[in-house]
Amino acid sequence: MPTYKFVVNGKTVSVDAPADMPLLWVLRDKLGITGPKYGCGVGVCKACTSHLNGAEIQPCVVPVSDCQNKKVTTIEGLAAGDKLHPVQQAWIEEDVAQCGFCQPGQIMAAAALLKRTPNPTDADIDKIENVCRCGTYCRIRNAIKRAAASA
Amino acid sequence: MNLPDSPVLGRRRFLTFLVAAPTLTLAARLGVDLLDGPAAHAQETGSDVGNGTYVLRVTETNRIVFESPKPDIGQGISTALAMLIAEELDAKLTDVDVPLADAQNLSGQSVGGSNSMRSMWGPARDLAAQARARLVTAAAQRWQLDASTLSTRDTAVWAPDGRSASFGSLSADAAQIATPAVSATPKPASQYRVIGTPTGQLEARDLVTGTTKFALDVAVPGALPTVVARPPTIEGTVVSFDASGALALPDVIAVKKIPAGVAVVARTFFDAFKGRDALRVTWGPGPADSISDATVHERLDQAIPPMPAPPLLSQHIDGDFEWSFVSHAPMETLNAVADVRDGSAEIWCSNESPNGVKSAVAKATGLAESAVTVHITRGGGAFGRRLYPEAPVEAAQISQAAGRPVRLMWSRNDDMRHGRMRPASHHRIRVAYAAGQVLSFTNFSSSVETDFGLTPLKDLVDPGYGGLPTFGAAYFQLTQTMPYDVGTFSTSLTEVPIDVPTGAWRSVYSGTNRASEEIMIDLLAKKLGTDALDFRIAKAKTAAAKALLQRLKTASGWGKAMPAGWAQGVGYQEEYGSRLGCVVDINATDPANARVTKAVLVADVGRAVNPTGLRAQFMGSVMDGISTVLRAGNHIDDGRVREGSYGDFLWARQKHAPLQFEAHFMPDTDAVGGAGELAVPAAAAAVANAHAKATGRPSWRFPISF
Repeated sequence: MPTYKFVVNGKTVSVDAPADMPLLWVLRDKLGITGPKYGCGVGVCKACTSHLNGAEIQPCVVPVSDCQNKKVTTIEGLAAGDKLHPVQQAWIEEDVAQCGFCQPGQIMAAAALLKRTPNPTDADIDKIENVCRCGTYCRIRNAIKRAAASA
Repeated sequence: MNLPDSPVLGRRRFLTFLVAAPTLTLAARLGVDLLDGPAAHAQETGSDVGNGTYVLRVTETNRIVFESPKPDIGQGISTALAMLIAEELDAKLTDVDVPLADAQNLSGQSVGGSNSMRSMWGPARDLAAQARARLVTAAAQRWQLDASTLSTRDTAVWAPDGRSASFGSLSADAAQIATPAVSATPKPASQYRVIGTPTGQLEARDLVTGTTKFALDVAVPGALPTVVARPPTIEGTVVSFDASGALALPDVIAVKKIPAGVAVVARTFFDAFKGRDALRVTWGPGPADSISDATVHERLDQAIPPMPAPPLLSQHIDGDFEWSFVSHAPMETLNAVADVRDGSAEIWCSNESPNGVKSAVAKATGLAESAVTVHITRGGGAFGRRLYPEAPVEAAQISQAAGRPVRLMWSRNDDMRHGRMRPASHHRIRVAYAAGQVLSFTNFSSSVETDFGLTPLKDLVDPGYGGLPTFGAAYFQLTQTMPYDVGTFSTSLTEVPIDVPTGAWRSVYSGTNRASEEIMIDLLAKKLGTDALDFRIAKAKTAAAKALLQRLKTASGWGKAMPAGWAQGVGYQEEYGSRLGCVVDINATDPANARVTKAVLVADVGRAVNPTGLRAQFMGSVMDGISTVLRAGNHIDDGRVREGSYGDFLWARQKHAPLQFEAHFMPDTDAVGGAGELAVPAAAAAVANAHAKATGRPSWRFPISF
């Protein structure tokens, strides 16, 4: 079984895994990093959304072999220590979360959007496809705008 | 041992006790909440109202711990309960912890029927008020002061001279006080400083940092990832299977047959899925293999009794509404961790009916209920799906068979294709009128039979109520009421048994039935040449309803000029001791891709304990209305559910959500109404009515684009 070496949330890890093992299960079942959630396994609900070298990915459809020597950031690694990322802070101020299960993915998607587009329009925000079954979308929109304004 | 002490009986539904313990500990025994209506059966009669015992503790470290009987599946009940406790204790909200209690064996613990705040309002405040009185008394004894001169704030007792003692420092002494020297009655509303204040969820930081532990995030040593191979059609059977291919994989640990299918236990979920793919299973047919949507709707249509002839010399309008099946589709699929070994079972899961899990696991494993422990974790959504015990039962069966702890996860496909759904339904409505007066409103509905299983809703209605043939028919009769004066109102539900898995779905029958009636009200108003909202104001039965609708008219800018293809629509609902109206603005210039751009709601929930949490419930209900009316539903093809994930089950996403959302509250009263499901029918109706107005065409089948 091949070994893959990459950085997760600032820490270098080395895992033995088949090349086609999705990053989601490497994170959750081998590394004990449970912030990214399983919601569909096929990249459509986007509950697992994380970053690979700073860009948005869905770890449920990214094989671990694609992560070799790269930097993976999950929701656990978004804050700088105790200092929350502006998106996380905005999420608290807008009380976005309801059940909270999709929110790690929503937050990582929003953080990626703001990195690409620091002042997103409503049309930009509409392009986020992460599903929230509780229906927190209006608060997500407000929180993204709040985070954009605070940055 | 529990020592009965100054019992406080709120309509005989609960009883508080001082518990003998080193630090102050009080307990309440809960009864179930009752449905409004004449024939709900009387759980509160008799002295044994115990439906679980729930505990409030004041620790030496000054933490106020309320072991919440109510599972939190995202509805925010933990925060609302913490607010009640903080209010009556005069504690800081941040000093209150609300861990989710393990399952008990009686039904007062379950969440369903929007009952949580209604059932906890009395006991939670009473427990805290009893605790506060004892802490004040303990401080008075310590300081040798008159207890009536002391005050409480910030989790401490204060003397007139400025001395203070934290609750934690007084707790051991307070535990010895049988009879407090000051009143233990909850405070009047005029003194509220926490209740009614918009408050974010206490778990917010954990939720945004990924540290919240859902069931599969709990580190249970040795509990291995597990998935189940399920039949191609609903409730198909395993005829035979060959596990050799799966067991040949190095990281597959065990393969076990259970009633639902064949389980694969492995090192990781990736390995478990690979093992599942390597199984060779011969499947037998399921009971629904000959069922498709056409069959379902034909049978529903035929089940509706003939409409009575309209009164002489009257005119009438008819409506015939069809609603599809709809998956609950919570973001967190069903799952559970189970360890069933050595004559006992330990379960970790989220569930809306913990007592049901306890009894179902006991039954499935052959263990006594006393040997079953169920730890309730926070749930990633439920909407009624988690009223049922499938996941913990399967996990327990697999763990027992494999002789080791397992963490079972349903895949999204499993959840869509073998999960429960809101039953498909038909609603045939005839309204008769003459000379501008409404004479009668008749609604004969039919629905695929709802499996209420072990849900607490079962406790609310006498079996055989009204001589009706099914529980669902009785529940329908008791819950489906008409808020307007429309002459003679008659309604009934005929349930049709069809072998597909159904379940109570947020707002149960109201989401389809009351929405259909509200669409009919719009058609009626139009026929009579009246504005839809003015018609409702005129016909509303109560002054409170008229006032709410009047406020909705103002707040929504009802009647404002809109571009072609745009319109406003309204819906209204009274249920759970509450009432709510909703107006949405829709852009239906492309009728198949309509977007609700704005939603305005006005609610009267009696006392709004946490306006922030209530707004969240209403916003979510608006998204339920948008989804189920416009695009989201499930098809049945020859016993298979066609949709398999969010790729084809078209639940609303950000681009379908309103850009503006407002929720307003009518002035507080002393009553506490339910609210978690309240807005679903009003929102669904508002969306359908807006779409009809914008396009000039009423819709009879929902979802509209399906």
